[in-house]
Amino acid sequence: MATKPLHDPYRQPVNDPMIDPVTGEFAVIAPGHNYTSVTRKISNVVLTSHTPLGWFFGLIVAGGIASLALVAITWLVLRGVGIWGVTIPGAWGFAIVNYDWWIGIGHAGTLISAILLLFKQSWRNSINRFAEAMTIFAVVCAGIFPVLHIGRPWLGYWLLPLPNTMNIWPQFRSPLCWDVFAVSTYATISVVFWYIGMIPDFGTFRDKAEMPFAKWFYGLLSLGWRGSTRHWMRYETASLLLAGLSTPLVLSVHTVISFDFAVAALPGWHTTVFPPYFVAGAIYSGFAMVLTLAIPIRKFYHMEDLVTMRHLDNMGKVMLGTGLIVAYGYGLEVFMAWYSASHWEFFMMWNRMFGPMGWGYWLLILFNIALPLGSLWWRKLRTQVWYLFTISIVINIGMWFERFVIVVTSLYRDFLPSSWGTYRATKWDYMLYIGTMGIFTTLFLLFVRFIPMIPMNEIKMMLPQTKLAGGLDAEETVEETA
Amino acid sequence: MPVQEGIYGLLAEFDAPGPMVHATEVARAAGYRRMECYTPYPVEEAATALDVHRNRVPLMTLMGGIMGLTTAFLMQTWMSAISYPVNIAGRPLFSWPAFIIPAYEWTILFAGLSAAFSMLALNGLPQPYHPLFNAPNFRVGATDDKFFLCLEATDPKFDLVETRAFLDQFHAASVVEVDL
Repeated sequence: MATKPLHDPYRQPVNDPMIDPVTGEFAVIAPGHNYTSVTRKISNVVLTSHTPLGWFFGLIVAGGIASLALVAITWLVLRGVGIWGVTIPGAWGFAIVNYDWWIGIGHAGTLISAILLLFKQSWRNSINRFAEAMTIFAVVCAGIFPVLHIGRPWLGYWLLPLPNTMNIWPQFRSPLCWDVFAVSTYATISVVFWYIGMIPDFGTFRDKAEMPFAKWFYGLLSLGWRGSTRHWMRYETASLLLAGLSTPLVLSVHTVISFDFAVAALPGWHTTVFPPYFVAGAIYSGFAMVLTLAIPIRKFYHMEDLVTMRHLDNMGKVMLGTGLIVAYGYGLEVFMAWYSASHWEFFMMWNRMFGPMGWGYWLLILFNIALPLGSLWWRKLRTQVWYLFTISIVINIGMWFERFVIVVTSLYRDFLPSSWGTYRATKWDYMLYIGTMGIFTTLFLLFVRFIPMIPMNEIKMMLPQTKLAGGLDAEETVEETA
Repeated sequence: MPVQEGIYGLLAEFDAPGPMVHATEVARAAGYRRMECYTPYPVEEAATALDVHRNRVPLMTLMGGIMGLTTAFLMQTWMSAISYPVNIAGRPLFSWPAFIIPAYEWTILFAGLSAAFSMLALNGLPQPYHPLFNAPNFRVGATDDKFFLCLEATDPKFDLVETRAFLDQFHAASVVEVDL
């Protein structure tokens, strides 16, 4: 991604040490870092005995919000899904909207950890770990919804092909059954990939920890890692293979979720554009969420030298690209509604835009298309941290409205006007949705406190020290840089 | 652990990967075979110097993938067409195109788990105890910023005095004996 030298006087290499004088690009790692400083910087966040007060404050707030979800789930289990706004015809409601939204957010983590690894985008190394953590926590939040939505969550295991006394099996021709396979595989592989990536860093923590409990705890997690070259080679092979497997996996997961819609014969759902459009939308919202998380964390833990403007700028570019695919999807939906010459498709589109819930459609156009795609073209805006943070939240809201519009507007007015209905979420719907945000934030706060949030070994591979130290005259070079 | 006599090997510590790789190459040329480098991040030159090129993780992954594919496909076929056939308006029982998707997911699931667990198994992990952790400087640097070359005592060419003299020529930061 070589660019021409910039014309902004404040962004000239002479004035800004964060700009690489050769390429004119923002540096991936701030100059002046070496092996020890990287280790110290990242392990100090975890292996300190002084947890910042802000962290406790955040945990209390997030935990309080998460308890809303516990209340909502408890009441749901006691009373049944009738406490939600789901009815016939709007039988999917918030549960599926939120499920879709959360799992879409997770997709960016896998994109960063797997697809960008295969494309050798080494800038991804610093944001890789917490993007993957975000994936796992988002999948946790997503999984809550369909399990509750089945009505009797304690029988959720019926979804699995387990032997039973009635000798019946899941319906393998149903996309809802495919979903179970896709999402459970996705969760498993994400956790494995995440953990494998952390083993060497846990080894570092084991060796740097001073408290006996921390030594024991990280020693256990590190599995006795000692950095042997033979181990590293197998480790690298396994990482690359996992990346290669995660790539088709992540694309298939949202494809399968889009089949839940596309296989149904409902106007607005029954369309072939859904798989690519869902995957692009997932990555779009996921990158927005990575920014929403990364910007406060890099500020709070002073990680600006490892998560630099380069990362934020690149994520802005990815959002621009995937946002354009999403915009194409919206355009094609409208076009196909007209071109299909189907009365039902045409009405669905009219109803989506100008019906009683038309405001949802225009909000999604404003939040997903007009605001971000109108502004992310400008490098000046993409390099404004506050702007990226705002736009990331705007996109997250917009993507939620996209799922809301898709799920609700197709369902509540389908073919026969006599069977039309409406959809209105209840306070329990909102409570559970907001509660899952609390669960997500709580898990994330625990993650930044107890797990190396930036992969140390991968950062060390990118240091100038490493690049220079390959040859036999490395000793002098290292002394110069150190 | 049973009490063992003797030492595990001689451990040379370097500040940079270059000299470590050089020492490894010379040691290999001198006929040492049982040796290993320890680095805080993967150093490919060290693998070349140690003549470590291939590993069996890809094969295990392939086998896992094939196993996942056949397991899922046969399972669905058996369940839908043999164990409990449900005639829905005369549609075919063996509707294989629909079975492809769960089979695809399980291919990835089994292959991914095979990649991860075969990597750990071939590496002999988890292994909480290793003689190297006895070396006073190993845990300080091996996972942080130091590069180690260990010539192991089981090598036929290993001799405590001669090997130490051999390692001393590389101006390592230190050469220490590792107790068993």
